[in-house]
Amino acid sequence: MIHLSLPAALSALLAGIGVYGVLARRNAVLVLIGVELILNAANLLLVTAGSRPGAPLSAGPVLTLFVITIAAAEITVALAIILVMFRRTGHIDLTAVPDLTDDEPDDLGDAEDPHAEDPRADERDGHPRDATREPAVAAEGLA
Amino acid sequence: MTTRDIVFTAVGAVTALSALLSVTTKQVVHAALWLLVCLGSLAGAYLVLGQELVGLVQLLVYVGAIVVLVLFALMLTRAPIGPHAEIDTPWWQRLAGALLGAATTALLASLLLPLFSGATADLDTPTTTTPQVAQAVFGTWVWPFELLSVLLLVALIGAFAVSRLVLHRDGGDGARHPGTVSAGARSDGRG
Repeated sequence: MIHLSLPAALSALLAGIGVYGVLARRNAVLVLIGVELILNAANLLLVTAGSRPGAPLSAGPVLTLFVITIAAAEITVALAIILVMFRRTGHIDLTAVPDLTDDEPDDLGDAEDPHAEDPRADERDGHPRDATREPAVAAEGLA
Repeated sequence: MTTRDIVFTAVGAVTALSALLSVTTKQVVHAALWLLVCLGSLAGAYLVLGQELVGLVQLLVYVGAIVVLVLFALMLTRAPIGPHAEIDTPWWQRLAGALLGAATTALLASLLLPLFSGATADLDTPTTTTPQVAQAVFGTWVWPFELLSVLLLVALIGAFAVSRLVLHRDGGDGARHPGTVSAGARSDGRG
């Protein structure tokens, strides 16, 4: 026998921690970690509600399995978008507004500029994410 | 307090603590590793709640696949090793986030705790066993289940298309701008 208020409390705690994680992080992958925590809070609540006596249709565990599947699909697409963002901008900082739209001619013109700043300079002083790098440089960095 | 209550409290404390560490640590890779601990102990919590199937699927999918994906994403985005202050928002935004998180917890707890107060589950004679879950998945829930298979396929193709489309466009631009040809071609080979 188990008192179901314990898992319910843990679920509320996990959701709150997840909300903090989403709001307090700038790194896009770490924001996703917060989202995962919120999804897990929902899962725990589903399992808790499903283990009440008389829960119909095994809805608790089945819906938990569905949510886990949806979470896997979600994180696949989200990480693909994050990788595209990294390739285009050279960082995954969400406070610098990412531009994932079509190429502007100006953007590439900058990349072509022979007087552009040495792309490796910002890596040497140990802050590779600080500067917004040009897309061509970011692609070069990946290769 | 029954035995299961005590065990759940212990597992839940590990879960909550590692979740807190995964959102507060200054080291990017440690956040993913604490998430691993959190999801693993949550699988333990499902076991304590008597849902073996959900616990094992949690271990397989979350711990085995999603955390590995997150780690790969961190590696591919060249996550800094060691403490890094750049991964967090400024302190006032973190304070607002903490307040909102606490408010979320308070709201959910004030709603859920009265709802579940006094509710107990007798897990020695469980109401939903694994065969029942299997029968429900392939009986009542079979259409949503099939739809989820399609969703996974769509997500797979979508993730592939998202990364390929941009690479392809980079290559096309490179044809017009000789400087980017090599960069586009090289990332093309990797992608």
